Amino acid sequence: MAYPREFRYTKEHEWISAKGDTATIGITDYAQHELGDVVFVELPAAGAKITAGKTFGSVESVKAVSEIYAPVGGEVTEANAELHNKPETINSDPHGAGWLIKVKVASPAEVNSLMDATAYEAYIAEKQKEASA
Amino acid sequence: MDSGTSPLNSVPRKTPLNAVHRRLGAKMVNFGGWDMPVEYPSSGGLVAEHKSVRSAVGLFDVSHMGDIRVRSGQHPGGALAAVQHITMNDASMLAVGQAHYSAMLYPEGTFVDDVIVHRLGEDDFLLVINAGTREKDINWVRANTKPFDCRVEELGDVYTQLAIQGPKARDVLRKLTDANLDALKNYWFTHGTVCGLTNTLIARTGYTGEDGFEIYVPSDIAISERVWNEVLEAGKELGIVPCGLGARNTLRLEAKMALYEHEISDKINVWEAGLDRYCKMEKSEFIGRAALENARTAGRSRMLVGLEMIDRGIARDGYRCLNEAGEAIGVVTSGSPSPTLCKNIALAYVPPALAALGTVVAIEIRSQKCRAQVVPTPFYKRPKKAIAQ
Repeated sequence: MAYPREFRYTKEHEWISAKGDTATIGITDYAQHELGDVVFVELPAAGAKITAGKTFGSVESVKAVSEIYAPVGGEVTEANAELHNKPETINSDPHGAGWLIKVKVASPAEVNSLMDATAYEAYIAEKQKEASA
Repeated sequence: MDSGTSPLNSVPRKTPLNAVHRRLGAKMVNFGGWDMPVEYPSSGGLVAEHKSVRSAVGLFDVSHMGDIRVRSGQHPGGALAAVQHITMNDASMLAVGQAHYSAMLYPEGTFVDDVIVHRLGEDDFLLVINAGTREKDINWVRANTKPFDCRVEELGDVYTQLAIQGPKARDVLRKLTDANLDALKNYWFTHGTVCGLTNTLIARTGYTGEDGFEIYVPSDIAISERVWNEVLEAGKELGIVPCGLGARNTLRLEAKMALYEHEISDKINVWEAGLDRYCKMEKSEFIGRAALENARTAGRSRMLVGLEMIDRGIARDGYRCLNEAGEAIGVVTSGSPSPTLCKNIALAYVPPALAALGTVVAIEIRSQKCRAQVVPTPFYKRPKKAIAQ
């Protein structure tokens, strides 16, 4: 799956799509693939504060729990309610309908310090090389 | 996202089918020091693999399991006496060609490991043991069988062990063997030609709660790969898929089969684990018996129960069970969503006072209290008779 050029990415495999101070956050295709069948999602409610590098929720597959880390700091404006009944959307459309939260970003400049798609692709290529070694 | 797994420092061991798993694109994990497939995205992943085993058939590489052969020395009876001493079930009840679930115990009545004991001959036994405890087990067996007239051999690296599991397992294996599988009862084994390999051990055993077979073929890579591929080819029309340790775990959990370091360990005794029916106190002396005698008089301080989540949340291994006051009163040993039941299930140790069916306990999930209810186990039991012939 192609990694959208307009997104930014973290080493913990979250993506963020920002316009001004509003942003959408999700987990990457690589992350959903590593997790396997997603069966449960726990997200903060609107109004909750998130801090860059700190966990704000979790995604669970049958076999494991994975914490999700905030790429940037800010305030949650919406959590994806669709995931409550259809967590598997994260597997089928991780960069689209499987988004996790929308946030009002505290300092929009923070977003640009994250990896772009090219850097992220190089990062996961390295990971995959390690895994098959 | 962080899966929280910590890599072990030592280089993991590989089964003869390692290259096959990688070619199939399996996700690999370090399990008990072994580089093993956890799931195959090409099979549809864990849930699809699980469902294939419940409804049709799946193929597992379980070559990481260990094998210990105990044979009599100069005099008949040495092997039986040794096996009786180191395991809790009554091996004298086994006919040649029969196997049973058993366990090796410490003098404290806690678990060295659980084992399947196969009686290959009057004076010849094969103990199939867990991967993560192989070295410990073989040392234990060697040390504790010394007084007996027997020979102990480790055969773990001699065999590639394949598990063919599911209601259609018999139909798959039937195509590849001359052995009369219909005559083979549950927990019995035979020897036959499989994929042209003569004298292959075929056991009607497994770790999934379904009907199924485990076959033991030479660990030569070319032979192992050929058999693996022939089983998949033969099972194609019956819907066979390769299955990983992920599905193996959810399948065994639904069937309430114990996993070492989870439901059983060196800190848990037989009564607590609820494995009474495999422990034959009336047979001759065995290691752990005296402690179990005392423990039985003293009564249990905790019991293994099945739980089903009432609130939203998945109880995971190691999570705490809490009482009304928020104090820890027990621990989850295994927990997962159940692909068959579509519920979140768990096994946990709780005080006997909270073990009655219907009792509601709280599980601490990321500092929240989520309610769960004690339910009957096994969570899943296969239909008595196969419908399709």
